[in-house]
Amino acid sequence: MTTATSTDFHDKSGSTLKEWIFTTDHKRVGVLYLVGAIAAFIVAGIMALGIRLEQMSPGESGLINYFVLDFAKTMPTGTAYNVALYFHGAAMILAFLIPALTGFAANYLVPLMIGAPDVAFPRINALSLWLFWAGILVALMTFFVTDKPDIMWTGYPPYSVTTTANTALYVFTVHLIGFSSILGAVNFLVTIIYMRAPGMGWDQMNIFVWTTFAAFMIQIVFVPVLASAVTLLLFDKYMGTGFFDPTRGGDVLLYQNLFWFYSHPAVYVIFLPAVGLLFDIIATQARNHVFNYKACVYGGIIGILAITGEVWIHHLYIAGMPDWLRIGMMVSTLLISVPVGLLLISLWGTMYKGAIHYNVSMWYAVVCLFLILVGGLTGIPLAITSMTVHLSETSFVHAHFHFIMGLMATFAVFSAVYHWFPKITGRSADSAIAKWALWIKVIGTQVTFWPLFIIGVQGMPRRYWDYAMFPQFETYHTIATAGAFLIAIGVILMVGGWVWSAFYGPKTDSNPWKSKSIEWTHAESPPGPGNFPKPVAVDPYWTPYNYIEWDHDKY
Amino acid sequence: MLKRFETLITAGAAYLLMAGIAVAGTPHAAAPGGIKNPAHEWNIVWEEILWDLWIVGGIFAIVAIWLLVKFRAKSPDQVGSAPPLNLDKALAWALVPAALFMADDFLLAAKGWSLWNLQRTVPANAMEVKVTGNQWYFEYDYGNGVTDTDLTVPVGRPVVLRMTSNDVIHSFGLTEYRVKEDIMPGRITHIWFYPDKPVETAVVCVEFCGNSHSQMTNAVKAVPQADFDAWMAKKLEKKKPAAAAQPAAPAAAEPAKTQTP
Ligand SMILES: [Cu+2]
Ligand SMILES: [Cu+2]
Repeated sequence: MTTATSTDFHDKSGSTLKEWIFTTDHKRVGVLYLVGAIAAFIVAGIMALGIRLEQMSPGESGLINYFVLDFAKTMPTGTAYNVALYFHGAAMILAFLIPALTGFAANYLVPLMIGAPDVAFPRINALSLWLFWAGILVALMTFFVTDKPDIMWTGYPPYSVTTTANTALYVFTVHLIGFSSILGAVNFLVTIIYMRAPGMGWDQMNIFVWTTFAAFMIQIVFVPVLASAVTLLLFDKYMGTGFFDPTRGGDVLLYQNLFWFYSHPAVYVIFLPAVGLLFDIIATQARNHVFNYKACVYGGIIGILAITGEVWIHHLYIAGMPDWLRIGMMVSTLLISVPVGLLLISLWGTMYKGAIHYNVSMWYAVVCLFLILVGGLTGIPLAITSMTVHLSETSFVHAHFHFIMGLMATFAVFSAVYHWFPKITGRSADSAIAKWALWIKVIGTQVTFWPLFIIGVQGMPRRYWDYAMFPQFETYHTIATAGAFLIAIGVILMVGGWVWSAFYGPKTDSNPWKSKSIEWTHAESPPGPGNFPKPVAVDPYWTPYNYIEWDHDKY
Repeated sequence: MLKRFETLITAGAAYLLMAGIAVAGTPHAAAPGGIKNPAHEWNIVWEEILWDLWIVGGIFAIVAIWLLVKFRAKSPDQVGSAPPLNLDKALAWALVPAALFMADDFLLAAKGWSLWNLQRTVPANAMEVKVTGNQWYFEYDYGNGVTDTDLTVPVGRPVVLRMTSNDVIHSFGLTEYRVKEDIMPGRITHIWFYPDKPVETAVVCVEFCGNSHSQMTNAVKAVPQADFDAWMAKKLEKKKPAAAAQPAAPAAAEPAKTQTP
């Protein structure tokens, strides 16, 4: 469908502030998502440094209040620490990972990859972006109100209802970003279904397009459940209802069930597009086709989609759920390893007989292969109910999900920024400093999170700013804190490199990786309004991974 | 046609293997005599799972390194040369790994399930203590009018905790005994553990509950039965207002102090 001519509504391609703010061009929307996401990442990252400083030794550091802008120290240390932890978790997930993957990457890449001039509803797309930015602003108000939210990104009642802190900021942040996600889901599902270039079948789409499709299917089904959960929280706290209050016939576990009914699938809203990016980066840098494409798509991606709604109880393994339910969801949770395993085999196989061209983007992807193994495998004991009764709520869990979300998904985003930097800016961001930044972060992340695995198995609880009962863990915490500062150095070098490269980086031609994917073969770098000089159409044997011609009768 | 047949045979064999492994992993009968300590069993299963993880992770890691080294581009214009999979190979590469992963899943599920049955089946002779969570301390009620803010239990007898909360959600984390469970208002949850040797350890609150969450802890003392009886007698004595408080039984051997875990 090529009727939506982009020139109708975004012929403004000038670079005044007004033209950026009121843009409806998916590429600019994507870039603005990235700017917002990286801003959230930096603030949430600063919170992480505060958290690590506080945990460096048992007892008070006296520093954490400054991190949450409580210079007068009106809050006790524990509460200030909880505010930092709340912001770190909520912002990293809701304002960095999900928007970086389903906001920036989906917006910038999906229309270009499927040969569409824009998304189906460009103005709604702009509204999504505005809602996201509004969500970020509301989240940032955390630091400027006196009753800063201290309820963790999970916001469990009764604490979130009985605390004197401002639960409403949390709820409104979720509402704004959730509304943005739902609109984004409608937009991208319609775009992918109806706006593929003439001739492009479902099995000819980039894996990233598939994973975006799956991620938005999850968002459109599950986000409303999260929105309802936090709305009931709002009612309970400010309007005196008792949905989660057992003294008035409510149930505290109702919230946790609703929350994780969304938030487990949300893991895949992050995991799937991150892996999708890795597929497209590795296939391109190896100049190879995706190994066993159909098993990857219908076994891996669709398989995850099928299972993801039936496993949320693994977040409630110690929450007093019925014994049989905990065992049932242990089995369904373990079975996730089947689709994930198929995805990994395809990812590994994509390198087989390839010609791997190493550059900074590919190195990030290589690191992701390692991170995905550690993060995935450490999830297996956590899937087993009887193991989790010890491991749950320890820093083992904390290290596990940081490996998969905080490291793997984040490194996949960084890899994507380097890979598509020439597309977005017409310049290269690859440099010696970029590689230094990578390896500093690799060392920093391992130094930070391996000690947390170790002391987690030995019982170090999560969300502890003081651990006087476990003095033997101090050395590990100190090492982890040193690692966090290494990560910070790496991030500063990387982001600084991006900004510099966007203006002064060496110019590249329009297809530096000699990719076969449409965003490289059919569009300029950077693409103009409407994306393609000529409408795109593909033949029946075209795929984005056709590096050599094969005898189609034989295969 | 023959090839399709081979694929089916391979996949079939893999699924048989899967079933075999699952059967091999099903729970053995409880050891005759004596009580199985879930904490010890946890350590055993953990070791086994770690092996599983190292093997699976090792295979993937070695293959990745081999691919990354072997298939690096030798010239800037080189492209990949992997032929597309035909239908048989594609099916085999989906069904065989799926069977292997499922086999591993069922093996782990079987191990996990048998341990779970042990963890959730409270022995009949268990001593019951009621636990109440408050911001930010635990309260213990022994059912005979004796209450305390530390948990003292006799060695050699399983202990079952029936738990609820007066305010927000807490969680009773007993690292030494490899068990924890949330404590919630409006619900009663339970865990049991088996103190098989004298030890002084700590319980920690492991569900976020506000400002002093990380200071919500108290001692958990497993003491010899005689010491426990003496301690209990002393506690009961205190409850009688007029009774002359006499030094109780001579101080017995101090319980061995160990660090958690
Ligand atoms: Cu989950
Ligand atoms: Cu607590």
